[in-house]
Amino acid sequence: MKLFVSEGNPHCLKVLAALQVSGVQCDVQYVNHDERVVPFLSRPALPALLLPSGLHLFSSNAICRYLFEVSGQDCSELCGQWLEWEATDLQPVLLQALHTAVLQGKGSEVSQVLKGSLNHLEQSLSKGNTPYLTGDAVSVADVVLWAALYPVLSDSSLALDERKCVKTWFDRGAATQSLQSAAQKVLQGKGLQGMKNYMQRQPAPQSSQCRDTQPCNSSPAEGEESERLVSEEEMAAAALTWSTGLSDGPSATNRQHPILPKEGKRNLLVTSALPYVNNVPHLGNIIGCVLSTDVFCRYGRLRDWNVLFVCGTDEYGTATENKAREEGLTPQEICDKYHAIHASIYKWFQIDFDYFGRTTTVKQKEIAQNIFWRLHEHGFLVEDTVEQLRCENCQRFLADRFVEGICPRCNYPEARGDQCDKCGHLINAVELREPQCKVCRQTPVIRSSKHLFLDLPKLESQLELWLNKSTSTGDWTANAKQITRSWLRDGLKPRCITRDLQWGIPVPHPDFKEKVFYVWFDAPIGYLSITANYTDKWEKWWKNPDQVELYNFMAKDNVPFHSVVFPCSLLGAQDNYTLVSHLVATEYLNYEDTKFSKSRGVGVFGDMAKDTGIPSDVWRFYLLYVRPEGQDSAFSWTDMATKNNSELLNNLGNFINRAGMFVTKFFDGCVPAMDLQQEDKKLLALVGWELQRYIQLMDKVKIRDALKHILNISRHGNQYIQVNEPWKKIKGGDTERQRAGTVTGVSVNIACLLSVMLFPYMPTVSQTIRDQLNAPESCMSTMLQGTGTFVCTLCTGHRIGAVSPLFQKLEVDQIEALKKRFGGQQVLDVYDA
Amino acid sequence: MALRELSSLEKYLGLKKPNKYSTQGDKKIPVLQNNNGPPLVGLVTIACHLVKEAKRPELLGDSAESRAVVQQWLEHRVTKLDGCTKEDMKTILKDLNLYLQDKVYLAGNQFTLADVFIYCGVHPLIVDLAVQEKEQYVNVTRWFDHIQHHLGLKHHLPPVVVLRNRIYTSRHH
Repeated sequence: MKLFVSEGNPHCLKVLAALQVSGVQCDVQYVNHDERVVPFLSRPALPALLLPSGLHLFSSNAICRYLFEVSGQDCSELCGQWLEWEATDLQPVLLQALHTAVLQGKGSEVSQVLKGSLNHLEQSLSKGNTPYLTGDAVSVADVVLWAALYPVLSDSSLALDERKCVKTWFDRGAATQSLQSAAQKVLQGKGLQGMKNYMQRQPAPQSSQCRDTQPCNSSPAEGEESERLVSEEEMAAAALTWSTGLSDGPSATNRQHPILPKEGKRNLLVTSALPYVNNVPHLGNIIGCVLSTDVFCRYGRLRDWNVLFVCGTDEYGTATENKAREEGLTPQEICDKYHAIHASIYKWFQIDFDYFGRTTTVKQKEIAQNIFWRLHEHGFLVEDTVEQLRCENCQRFLADRFVEGICPRCNYPEARGDQCDKCGHLINAVELREPQCKVCRQTPVIRSSKHLFLDLPKLESQLELWLNKSTSTGDWTANAKQITRSWLRDGLKPRCITRDLQWGIPVPHPDFKEKVFYVWFDAPIGYLSITANYTDKWEKWWKNPDQVELYNFMAKDNVPFHSVVFPCSLLGAQDNYTLVSHLVATEYLNYEDTKFSKSRGVGVFGDMAKDTGIPSDVWRFYLLYVRPEGQDSAFSWTDMATKNNSELLNNLGNFINRAGMFVTKFFDGCVPAMDLQQEDKKLLALVGWELQRYIQLMDKVKIRDALKHILNISRHGNQYIQVNEPWKKIKGGDTERQRAGTVTGVSVNIACLLSVMLFPYMPTVSQTIRDQLNAPESCMSTMLQGTGTFVCTLCTGHRIGAVSPLFQKLEVDQIEALKKRFGGQQVLDVYDA
Repeated sequence: MALRELSSLEKYLGLKKPNKYSTQGDKKIPVLQNNNGPPLVGLVTIACHLVKEAKRPELLGDSAESRAVVQQWLEHRVTKLDGCTKEDMKTILKDLNLYLQDKVYLAGNQFTLADVFIYCGVHPLIVDLAVQEKEQYVNVTRWFDHIQHHLGLKHHLPPVVVLRNRIYTSRHH
């Protein structure tokens, strides 16, 4: 056993005194202040006790307790209470006092700082009327507190004044040999100044009153329970807004196709990354792209922005070519088949595209070839001979995805020929070590072929100029900016835009007759051609940067193509193309404790969701709840059930249902008279604030955060009903019944607001609520205007419809069965209860 | 917060009659009215009292050494964890991760009140950790998952999903 102490360290007083009092045999070693004796602590902690078993004690109080216990003196409850008080209450102020006294020389301020603690001691000692803290004998509490207070109390400048009991008790301690000897060893007779060296190494103490950084482990539930303080003005303002009622704005649901930019409105051109036709999308793809985009677009339409949402399937490339060969169909037939599958999956998820197209169209060929020629004319294409991998066995040049090998950068053994899955860097297939043809596993040979390259370095300065403006003025997600920056830092190189394949857009240049465009060159052009298939006035969107704001939604692996390669193509074409203003990229969604894998049968893929019996809106809700924004997240069946049961059923559904039921049962189905009291106005203000935050967040595409505010509102609503007990008051006298009426009326109006806020997330539920409440259509357009206006939409006398529960409970056995079904070969149950 | 924790502890200990608590001061220190004497003040003090009331002294350690270690972690919770800043959090988790490298529980091989206290203390930190971070603090995550299973439904804090497979095995993420 060994005790480590350092000179000038006030905490060592306790342990040295305790060692002597307890009479325990122990080696004492003096070390420097910055010595890290305790192996697992990043910062030096002294004193420390190395126990016989090899464990370390780094708490001075625990060390003292141990020494006393070993010598036969137990620590009573009262004793323990003093030690807890010393650690949580006394030490912080003591540190401040010492800091002031030792480093700032302000001895006089010390008594102010210590006032509260000394008073507490005085009170306890005088009440207890015993010579020592816990009774008639010295306990570890006395030793610890004496030692803790010794440095400040022994300094003559601090007078104990009228605190007679403390003085008497302390003097007893100061007189003990153990304390005096410990003080001598630690302070070396230098008093407070003996601690200067130690104190200089300690972080400056923060006064416990003024912590600006919110302590990070205050439970989030606490944040909800502690209500925002609402001022009188806020309450009056909320009540005023409430009384303005519905505005006569245009109905948000009437859409006239084709949607074209309008003067005087915010014109949003919104794209979601085109899914590759061959792959059935899984939940991660869905949340990353189309679902996020859909929520934002639905919201945007409610905000009366002029929104065009286009998307479609990306169909060219070798994967389709190969699939066609496998299934004995033509590539076009494969695309037709899978395009329909995509379309139906998105329809089930209620993705409200304005147009869902495909890349295999005449317009795509026209536009891509046009851009190509313009790039050629303006000198942004260079020719080069490229070495490519050719599989002699399969008799073809291998497309990137058909070569697998070891990544030259990070040694990942399953790197593909265009991008390494592990480190994410783009590579050229010939750079792979130990390449293999994915189809026949033979080693391919290198053959030369002439190709065309987009001269990115030549376009770099233009790109940077534009990027600086776009990233600073637009709502780019942090990861998008970071990925783009690192791409630029690595240095731009010319990118090959042609391939030796058949299924693709033919390169119109005579020297490159047998070649097609590389899929990543033509895919983003798909956004333009899909729009062109929607309306022949597509250039009003795509060649109109002054009037149009372009939003691109995608998962993070697509960022470089959308922020660097494609903009370069458009800049080089010099045709006043609209470039991306806001790039929204999500992180990855994992599946339970692993990743989605079609081949291993792990995870839920688009078409399977509807067979689970869980409604589309619930899927939408949960995926948006766990939307991987700042970091990766995971889909969890158990968590989905929990969120469904707690948030949808018990919080949202419960509130909306109760509000409606009260109107039906107690007020004959008509909204009663509402006489707003202070309490009601306070609720209106709180709800209004949540609505404001929702709008602020959604405007910035913070979809996941905005959802929380909807749930906060219904939580407020539930509390409001709970506190006011309308089901009881309705049986009372006139005033009580009036109260019940007001509470019910306000509640259904909140329910109506919720239906509007929910619309982007759960469109069917939103419609159902409005049907049940028989809400007027104009409520949709009124409440999300400006910074949010929570008005009374259902006035006194309004007749509501038939009310019924909105959500079903997800039972444990139902969830367990689903988990097994989608878990692949082996499923590990995380909660083996 | 402290009151909810104490009531969860009562449930875990199987104490039939829930006690009535109050709080004092701005920091809302919990207070327990004690029939046999003056009131008990302080989360650690009251929790230890409950353990004794439930006749489960082993939860405070079964030797002088382990008792000291348990008290140390209880104190650590109320001094360093509660109210720590985000910068402190990383250090706390890092140290804890190193500490738990060769231990099943905080006091070594035995489940004690220290595990419960630190579990409650780090829960809000763990809840916000990304998958990569949970893997970075692999020992803390292992211990945390173990404790939350052990406490099962007898605790008010929601379970945190802990992934079984390592997804990020390379250092640079």
